[in-house]
Amino acid sequence: MNTTTKCAATALAAALGVTVLAGCGGSDDDASGSGSSKASKTVTLVSHDSFNASESVLKAFTKETGYTVKVLKSGDAGAALNQEILTKGSPRGDVFFGVDNTLLSRALDNGLFTPYEAKGLDRVAADTQLDADKHRVTPVDTGDICINYDKKYFADKKLAPPQSFDDLLKPAYKNLLVTENAATSSPGLGFLLGTVATYGEDGYQDYWKKLKNNGVKVVDGWEQAYNEEFSGSAGGKKTKADRPLVVSYASSPPVEVLYAEPRPTEAPTGVATGTCFRQIEFAGLLDGAKNEAGGKALLDFLISKQFQEDMPLNMFVNPVAKDAALPELFTKFGATVDKPTTVDPEKIAKNREQWVQSWSSLVVK
Amino acid sequence: MALPVAFFALFFAYPVVAIVGRGLKVDGVWQFGRIGEVLSRPDIAEVLWFTTWQALASTVLTLLIALPGAYVFARFDFPGKQLLRAVVTVPFVLPTVVVGTAFLALLGRGGFLDELWGVRLDTTVWAILLAHVFFNYAVVVRTVGGLWSQLDPRQEEAARVLGAGRLAAWRRVTLPALAPAVGAAALMVFLFTFTSFGVVQILGGPAYSTLEVEIYRQTAQLLDLPTAAVLTLVQFAAVGGILAVHAWTVRRRETALRLVDPAQTSRRPRGAGQRALLGGVLLTVALLIVVPLGVLVERSLDTSGGYGFGFYRALQSADASGSTFLVPPLEAIGNSLQYALVATLIALVIGGLAAAALTRRAGPLVRGFDALLMLPLGVSAVTVGFGFLITLDEPPLDLRTSWILVPLAQALVGVPFVVRSMLPVLRAVDDRLREAAAVLGASPLRAWREVDLPLVRRALLVAAGFAFAVSLGEFGATVFIARPDNPTLPVAVARLLGRSGELNYGQAMALSTILMLVCAVSLLLLERIRTDRSGEF
Repeated sequence: MNTTTKCAATALAAALGVTVLAGCGGSDDDASGSGSSKASKTVTLVSHDSFNASESVLKAFTKETGYTVKVLKSGDAGAALNQEILTKGSPRGDVFFGVDNTLLSRALDNGLFTPYEAKGLDRVAADTQLDADKHRVTPVDTGDICINYDKKYFADKKLAPPQSFDDLLKPAYKNLLVTENAATSSPGLGFLLGTVATYGEDGYQDYWKKLKNNGVKVVDGWEQAYNEEFSGSAGGKKTKADRPLVVSYASSPPVEVLYAEPRPTEAPTGVATGTCFRQIEFAGLLDGAKNEAGGKALLDFLISKQFQEDMPLNMFVNPVAKDAALPELFTKFGATVDKPTTVDPEKIAKNREQWVQSWSSLVVK
Repeated sequence: MALPVAFFALFFAYPVVAIVGRGLKVDGVWQFGRIGEVLSRPDIAEVLWFTTWQALASTVLTLLIALPGAYVFARFDFPGKQLLRAVVTVPFVLPTVVVGTAFLALLGRGGFLDELWGVRLDTTVWAILLAHVFFNYAVVVRTVGGLWSQLDPRQEEAARVLGAGRLAAWRRVTLPALAPAVGAAALMVFLFTFTSFGVVQILGGPAYSTLEVEIYRQTAQLLDLPTAAVLTLVQFAAVGGILAVHAWTVRRRETALRLVDPAQTSRRPRGAGQRALLGGVLLTVALLIVVPLGVLVERSLDTSGGYGFGFYRALQSADASGSTFLVPPLEAIGNSLQYALVATLIALVIGGLAAAALTRRAGPLVRGFDALLMLPLGVSAVTVGFGFLITLDEPPLDLRTSWILVPLAQALVGVPFVVRSMLPVLRAVDDRLREAAAVLGASPLRAWREVDLPLVRRALLVAAGFAFAVSLGEFGATVFIARPDNPTLPVAVARLLGRSGELNYGQAMALSTILMLVCAVSLLLLERIRTDRSGEF
């Protein structure tokens, strides 16, 4: 950001004169640059706001390959992908990371990616390779969207926390659950898809009718659901939240431990492992990328052991590489989800709108 | 005038037209038939209906609650008045991400109303309306109160001497003089609430949606550009209409009123009635504005080990256990300040030139340009942001990944404030002074430096302060614009809130508090600078 001050005067002139801008913006932004020799040394990763990596790991990549990674974050997962679709053919970067299985078909149908088979793909779990024959995208991580519960609440009430979708309909759990708007929030959509996978396209509406009668509350986004409404979270304790069940991630309990001071010996929240929907996140080489060689190297790197092991504590997701070890925090406080639900990406692409619409009219209105 | 026109054409009109065109043009042919198609959808009709009535209700409620405040700030002298005036303006420049959180604490479960009377207003439309009052209180207090404090009270007294009752005197003398200002304030509040985004999204829950929220949803989430384009056009038409009426009331207000120095009109409250009024207003401000802001501060200090500055200390480190930002969150403050500074410079140059052009020339074309300068306040950030993406993509204008895009977008929102602050003052500069200077041999530049600059210096500073504060709090456009990894304060707050864990939540509150303090300090400095109160903000 030091360039900001340096360029301040130029910026002003730029805003006025416009042509000067190329000089200022260009030197600041090699990746978008006009193909100078310097540009090839930078590889640009476009992603959503949740992307994170340790600086040391990115430095190791530079040392190994000579490429410097520049990260552009632009909004949540849906917005970031849609921006990529809008700029198709003239992308802002070389690699896009962050399209998941609920949006995969939208990306593939729009021809966003150039096929590339990343090195080391044989070490990646087969069930995550949803585009195995064409290699337009490479799986990078998985995460599970599950019901989280407030351990203290259920201990105080001497009530067993729910374990399955069916459990949530029981009178004992009336008015306890808060979830997110499936139309705007990705955990909200994941939870809806979990019920579609469990009860089928005919049965899920009936399930939601019952869930509504059992007092489910819907808020717009994960932040409100988790921080404002869920009694088990750090934020929820401050807001005196009164919902001990929330739709969140299987990795949320370790996060509660990691960011607490002093660190507790036990996570304050638990995961209902029978309510999980599996999300798989992919990366791909953007069609029209200026630095294709760098992009390929970056894709190889994303599934390397080093990056995969760095990921869990930065993005709170699970590695897809079989040789990557999970951090102790995950193995100790996290939940293992044996049988997550899932829905085929093409089926999701075909029906998402309709499912969400009938869900909205059923639950929200 | 060429420069501001070029700026707006390039960084506002072109991107917006391009993104709307992307939605409405098929093979180069405009498909205006789609407008009717979209508008006849029942869900869209519902959005339009809700947008309109909540904006009307918010405006009425804001006027009811804020007009007594405007009177008190105009006519009474009391200790801490300057500080309080700055405080009520803080919400206006705070990002809604932050405010939504604070406001829930007041209206939601365990909130103030809940504790006292067991009343919860979250996810009801009341939460939205009250939050709108919270945000726009200052608009009324500043616009109406500013004029009120300059009205000569002797005119009303004269009417009473001539036998008019207290109410009749007020109705016949003060009200007509105030009416245009009230109208202008009401229209601004209507504009801001009509295009409300964050408040409705956070407090309304999924059941309520305004046009702005729907445009965001259709563009960013569903990529349904045709529908988004139609909605953008509808909002454009509505905002254009509001601004046209606004420009008309402003012109009416410029009719000569006998204005006096505000210092002469305010005095200490006397009698039980006046004291009760002052008390009532102070209580309203305390409950409606100070308490929600206070909640933020309280939460930022409330660590698990008791009250302390733990979260603030944590802001300095790039997080030992896992790097949330690659840089310490505290660095976001530096980023924000630098962006806001550049944005302020751009806004001052563009806005200043535009204001100067508007003073020198007249005619419908110029008036149209005046309204155009206000349009960015009413056009959704996602439309502008996505428009940037598809228009500024070729060298030498491939700015999509450049940091300059952020201050450019922020300046778009800042320019209207600069123009509105400068225009009245510039218009008041007597042309004969400039002519006299010219006759005495001064070059145009010298004349400007010796005549205009000293007269408008204060207005310029006020404008700069406002542009700065608005840029600092700008969130909507910034979050859509890809940038090298240096988040601004509001973006950093949103990212921290997007994660679980006590430390993240606490740091978000601490950063929000810092943002609030920076805004409050810059506004307080403004209060000290400004003596002239004829500006609209």
